Amino acid sequence: MEKVVFKRPKYMKKAPFHYCPGCGHSIIHRLMAEVIEELGIGEKTIGVPPAGCAVLAYDYFDIDMGEAPHGRGAALATGVKRILPDRIVFSYQGDGDIAAIGTAETIHAANRGENITVIFVNNSCYGMTGGQMAPTTLLGQNSTTTPGGRDKDRDGAPIDLSEMLAITRGAVYIERTAVNSIKNIRKTKKAITKAFKVQMAGLGFSLIEILSPCPTNWKMSPVDACKWIDEDVMQTFPLKVIKDETG
Amino acid sequence: MDKKLLMRGSQVIGETAIRAGCRFYAGYPITPQNELPEFMSGAMADLEDGTFIQAESELAAINMVLGASMAGARAMTSSSSPGISLKQEGISFLAASELPAVIVNTMRGGPGLGNIAPSQGDYFQATRGGGHGDYRTIVLAPAHGQELADLTEKAFEYADRYRTPVMILADGMMGQMMEPVVLPDPINLAELPPKPWVLDGADGRPGRLIKSLILNTMEMEEHNWKLARKYEIISREIAAAETYMTEDARFVVIAYGTAARIAKGGIKRAREMGLKVGLLRPVTLYPFPERVIREMSRSVKDFLVFEMNTGQMLDDVKLSLEGRSTVHFYGRPGGVVSTPDEIAKVISSLYYRQHLEED
Repeated sequence: MEKVVFKRPKYMKKAPFHYCPGCGHSIIHRLMAEVIEELGIGEKTIGVPPAGCAVLAYDYFDIDMGEAPHGRGAALATGVKRILPDRIVFSYQGDGDIAAIGTAETIHAANRGENITVIFVNNSCYGMTGGQMAPTTLLGQNSTTTPGGRDKDRDGAPIDLSEMLAITRGAVYIERTAVNSIKNIRKTKKAITKAFKVQMAGLGFSLIEILSPCPTNWKMSPVDACKWIDEDVMQTFPLKVIKDETG
Repeated sequence: MDKKLLMRGSQVIGETAIRAGCRFYAGYPITPQNELPEFMSGAMADLEDGTFIQAESELAAINMVLGASMAGARAMTSSSSPGISLKQEGISFLAASELPAVIVNTMRGGPGLGNIAPSQGDYFQATRGGGHGDYRTIVLAPAHGQELADLTEKAFEYADRYRTPVMILADGMMGQMMEPVVLPDPINLAELPPKPWVLDGADGRPGRLIKSLILNTMEMEEHNWKLARKYEIISREIAAAETYMTEDARFVVIAYGTAARIAKGGIKRAREMGLKVGLLRPVTLYPFPERVIREMSRSVKDFLVFEMNTGQMLDDVKLSLEGRSTVHFYGRPGGVVSTPDEIAKVISSLYYRQHLEED
């Protein structure tokens, strides 16, 4: 008798990922599909992909998906959720999408306590457009628009969006995790599960920020990119539960 | 129900929207249309299944409408000129994703912040799509209280039927004025045609997708042509105009909305002076009722386009006439509201200058 030890999650389509080698999106997609399956919510979940590398998320998730304009994921998800309060609604957004052009939509959705889940993938650059400075780019980090590295006086410092969101009264659960090691991937899955459970219990706004490698734009090998998250990115964006009012 | 009620314009739009099955409204405060969101906040709260959200921005409001529409609701937002500029991103996405929604623009003077007086400066923006990309928005132009009700009802119907955003193009005058209206009976939401594209969870069916990204150029081109074919059908099916005293007219004023109402007063006065003058009032601005205008050019050789701007619909009138008649223009931009007497003077001076009284 053969024993299945690894298979495609039920809500993943049979399609090869287009993401670059070493990119974190494919890992995060898989984790989400596993969580949706384990929680038994695949038939009532609606996903909102962003503009950015993950816009093609709809090619991989076998659930209802509605694409948002750049940065507007939380507003669009708000509209869907208010009409269908018994469904599970998540938006999936990159750092430029959520922490630059979509800051207002995100803060106000959190502040209203919209009962949605936001997956915030932080790779500290604009990936799809070719590696420009993101609001989360580290000080000193090279990007195509910060020659010589991000300079605090010239470019401003990285923004702590999750911490900012945590002070809104409507945010219930906010955690920062990473997908650069087996251990961190497991923790990320737990965090995503918790975030969806917060929504299923109707408690309010939940967000998981996930530090994710972008070897292509960081100009590193996938292994070095994972190491760089441990050694540098986490200095600016430490992994922790930022807010937990599920008590 | 045929009870006549005395109602403020913005309230007529709101109450009709609710009766037409609107269950989602998101908006942002801007003068001169604040009475509409204020009305909607109360009306939605009275409904078991109604949602009102005062959004943090015009962008958020239109994107909430985008989400509510994806989820199957009859959804609406409203604003005034500068706010409508901000909403154009979402309107483009609605058109691209083929989603129904109703947008009310209570026009004010512009460009820029302009002022808060009634204007028709947004004609180009409304009828040419407004946002980026190759698309059109259905534009309905009410001229009085009853039509605010009739066209609001139609706006929701057209939005669903053609799966496209519909704009109600009004102005501050219409929003504030109180007039007698007969409201339509409330519809039964359960009797509306099903929407087999709605995102409500893939229960017992494959996952659905609503998007506007089409990277393949051949597929994008086909999508553009598909939208173009839809706009052709819309043009054939819903283009509408009202005519007033045109049967024997030798001179016809073309105006819409509040301007048409003022023109009607001017035409009455001109008729009293014995001038054979009529009015052609486009009720749909997109699609533009070009056929009616072209047909009228067989008997009418002089048209006067009157707008509360520096000449925008003027282009569409000229395109419709294809050089068949002479087109005059009279415009009052900046939020200035003309009087019927003023229009009567403009009409009579052109009428005699063209020697129309002679035969």
